[in-house]
Amino acid sequence: MTEQNAVASSNGAGRVSRPVDAEVAEGSRTRASVLTAKDLKTDQEVRWCPGCGDYAILAAVQSFLPELGIPREKYAFISGIGCSSRFPYYLNTYGMHSIHGRAPGIATGLAVSRPDLSVWVVTGDGDALSIGGNHLIHALRRNVNLKILLFNNRIYGLTKGQFSPTSEFGKVTKTSPLGSIDYPFNPLSLAIGAGATFAARTLASDRAHLTSVLRAAAAHQGAAFIEIYQNCEIFNDRAFDLLTKPESRGEWTVELTAGQPLRFGPGGTSAVVHDPDGFGLATKKNVADDDPGVIIHDPTRPDPSYAFALSRLGDDDPRLTPIGVLRDVELPTYEELMTHQVAGAEEAAKADLAKLFAGNDSWVVAPGGTHPRD
Amino acid sequence: MVKQIQQVDQVVIRFAGDSGDGMQLTGERFTAQTAALGNNLSTLPNYPSEIRAPSGTIAGVSSYQLKFADHDVLTAGDPPDVLVAMNPAALKANLHDLRPGAIIIVNVDEFSRRGLSKAGYASNPLEDQSLESFDLHAVPITSLTVSSLTGIDVTRKEGERAKNMFALGLLSWMYQRPVEPTITYLEQKFAKKPLIAQANQAAFRAGYNYGETTELFAVAYEVAPATVAPGRYRSISGNVATSYGLLAGARQAGLRLFVGSYPITPATDILHDLVRHKRFGVTTFQAEDEIAGVCSAIGASFGGAMGVTTTSGPGLSLKSEAIGLAVTLELPLVIVNVQRGGPSTGLPTKTEQADLLQAMYGRNGEAPVAVLAARSPADCFDTALEAVRIATTYRTPVIMLTDGNLANGSEPWRIPDLDELPDFPVTFTTEPNGPDGTFLPFLRDPETLARPWAIPGTPGLEHRIGGLEKLDGAGTVSHDPDNHDLMVRTRAAKVAAIERTIPLLEVDDPPGPDGETARTLVLGWGSSYGPVAAACRRMRRQGATVAHAHLRHLNPFPRNTADVLRSYDKVIVPELNLGQLARLLRAEYLVDVVSYTQVRGLPFRADELVEALTEVIGR
Repeated sequence: MTEQNAVASSNGAGRVSRPVDAEVAEGSRTRASVLTAKDLKTDQEVRWCPGCGDYAILAAVQSFLPELGIPREKYAFISGIGCSSRFPYYLNTYGMHSIHGRAPGIATGLAVSRPDLSVWVVTGDGDALSIGGNHLIHALRRNVNLKILLFNNRIYGLTKGQFSPTSEFGKVTKTSPLGSIDYPFNPLSLAIGAGATFAARTLASDRAHLTSVLRAAAAHQGAAFIEIYQNCEIFNDRAFDLLTKPESRGEWTVELTAGQPLRFGPGGTSAVVHDPDGFGLATKKNVADDDPGVIIHDPTRPDPSYAFALSRLGDDDPRLTPIGVLRDVELPTYEELMTHQVAGAEEAAKADLAKLFAGNDSWVVAPGGTHPRD
Repeated sequence: MVKQIQQVDQVVIRFAGDSGDGMQLTGERFTAQTAALGNNLSTLPNYPSEIRAPSGTIAGVSSYQLKFADHDVLTAGDPPDVLVAMNPAALKANLHDLRPGAIIIVNVDEFSRRGLSKAGYASNPLEDQSLESFDLHAVPITSLTVSSLTGIDVTRKEGERAKNMFALGLLSWMYQRPVEPTITYLEQKFAKKPLIAQANQAAFRAGYNYGETTELFAVAYEVAPATVAPGRYRSISGNVATSYGLLAGARQAGLRLFVGSYPITPATDILHDLVRHKRFGVTTFQAEDEIAGVCSAIGASFGGAMGVTTTSGPGLSLKSEAIGLAVTLELPLVIVNVQRGGPSTGLPTKTEQADLLQAMYGRNGEAPVAVLAARSPADCFDTALEAVRIATTYRTPVIMLTDGNLANGSEPWRIPDLDELPDFPVTFTTEPNGPDGTFLPFLRDPETLARPWAIPGTPGLEHRIGGLEKLDGAGTVSHDPDNHDLMVRTRAAKVAAIERTIPLLEVDDPPGPDGETARTLVLGWGSSYGPVAAACRRMRRQGATVAHAHLRHLNPFPRNTADVLRSYDKVIVPELNLGQLARLLRAEYLVDVVSYTQVRGLPFRADELVEALTEVIGR
């Protein structure tokens, strides 16, 4: 495969396949070696509100992309509608600011027909989970090789402050003056339920963590879903304070590191264990250092129940919201399967359009008269 | 015994039965036999939207009509000369289309009390003289079929299911069709079930022999081969011709074809056909919904493929916003809309031409697209090819309209030589076009007003496009009032400029018997071509002088359209809607056209049109 290798390789340009010719690829390799964050800035004035979390995500992405070694022209960033979806205008790659909720559909068409590209989707909680919910789940279940960045600020910002599908129950907004009676989506539960092969959560305010999750997503072959908690200073300020302020975060956040025990709290005395009363996971205080019941994090577990259970951990106490890669499993990508079928068919029969048109049941009419079929 | 064989110039046959009786297959086989004989033909399948409506009821009746002749056939939609009714419901549902004297062959075995009551008959029409004005033949088709299978080890139920082949055999004798192709066909179709193949072959032969030996049928008919343009021909349906036209279009543009579609009647067969052609580099994507279908095609076009989506009316409604996006992105996109009866779910399996205004205007803002319509099943090939030419040359969405009648109908198609197809190779932009090595994605070609198409993967031409209004040239976001005014007018001018590369509107306007010129023009579009042309011919035979023209390009119109319209005292526009083309023509050209419309889910009948047009001309 092409794109997968390109994304996975960290020490050089990605391999290039059709339909761009080799000459173009040669040129791009030279350029890729010197790609810097500055090369990825555009001449467009960035117009998010002062203090918006989107600035931090843009800066992190611009700094991170050069380390993949992929030439700039091989990236395509596709977005929908909303504050987050202005993102492609500020990133000097190929990009499209499309229509509300449809970015996964457009990106799927692009990725399937151009497996040599690195295709990213930038979306928000309203764009991806409300108007575009259908496209999101289908892109995930097909395992299209898209890196989907969902900026979750739990509010409609561009339309000036209405509750979104991730707003908490009871939230007072302009369209819910008595409090929202909508139960919110948990985006990771949704993604994992839809069959996502990669699902992670990170914070716009934690550049190092955000970058590490982007790196893991880029290395993943297939659809990667990344929920990024992002503060909207104007309409939903401090929504994630519990997770971002040092006093709560340092001790309580459940940090997911592959191969490490899921311990948290003061001195790591709390831990994630099997739920003795249910089917999922639970948290437990005062856990002994050698307690064998402490879960060792393994995002590659084939059974999605584990990642799903992880995604629900913060339901009762938002401080315990897990941060990191919940799920990262291998499955052939949609492009691989599609390319394989097309290539197989191309090999199987010499493409003879005239023969196809003639079919098996044709007849010849001679000049000046008629003949039965020959 | 030697029977009389009578020469006739044309015949219309309708096979009707329960939707489980295999009437479509029967009709298709008769069509294949007829094409092999060199007759010209046209077909009209008609089936219920339920896969299995209650058996024996009117709702469950499926039919297949074909007309074949020794001259070029323009329409299948005339009253049948022969109706084959496999049960009482099929008789009742189709009787009103017959003229006195028509031949009716009924399967009398199904005319039991139960069968009659399911069809809503209070008394048996075979016995109550209500069919006196017809040439009625009551044939025990089911029992004759079963008794012809003696010695073949099939169940009674399996045996009864071969009754459609008995009917086909009988009609094959009546019209002197060749037997061998169907025998071979059945052998191949049921290669894995040799007993079923034998049963069907035996029933088919029994039907043929029944015609030859019984005294019920005194006359067999013969239709001479038609004289047509030389070349290699095959029979083709509109949906398959559309598929082939898209393949040919992508070839002539030098692009890979990407088709993103969601299943919808009656368009799905286009997707069914294209999925089988991956060897031509076609990528097909069965999307999660209509919106994702068109969006994936837009994404593919952004990446340098020829993005196509296929649908029917309700799907076109869902795609509206995305088509608007493609308008402002100025990317090639072909949307095939196989029209069906509307509004809403409407009549999914019936035909209508009522999406013209939706195609023209069904988007927010000033969002012009090119609109084309095919005139016949085989013409779907040329129209699809033309749609790809316009989409790629002008970087614009093109809506191609066909309809249920064209989609499922079939006719002989002169197979084109690939070398005679028009070339319109696409050149992607690979070099900067602005000052200081910059790239201006909306710097236009002065001739076509098309913008450069620079695809991802091209170094140095990285750019962003989107649904927000773009600055002329640079393509960056702009809210400037004058720029918006310029861009709206430029996009409109670009679509209008397509008229320079489309053919003029041709008028079929032969002088009358005494050299007089026509004062009335009949102007049609889409699938009404056949019946309208046939009606005009008949009127001329009756001594009338009438001109006929037909529009393929509906936006923009051919550049001589105004001149043509103003050359006649009266312009009549027949359409299967409430006057949509008439409205466009009046608005565009201030010509007071006369609108003649029907919305019955069926094509026009030439004989009805003759009556209606004669009445309007006489006013």
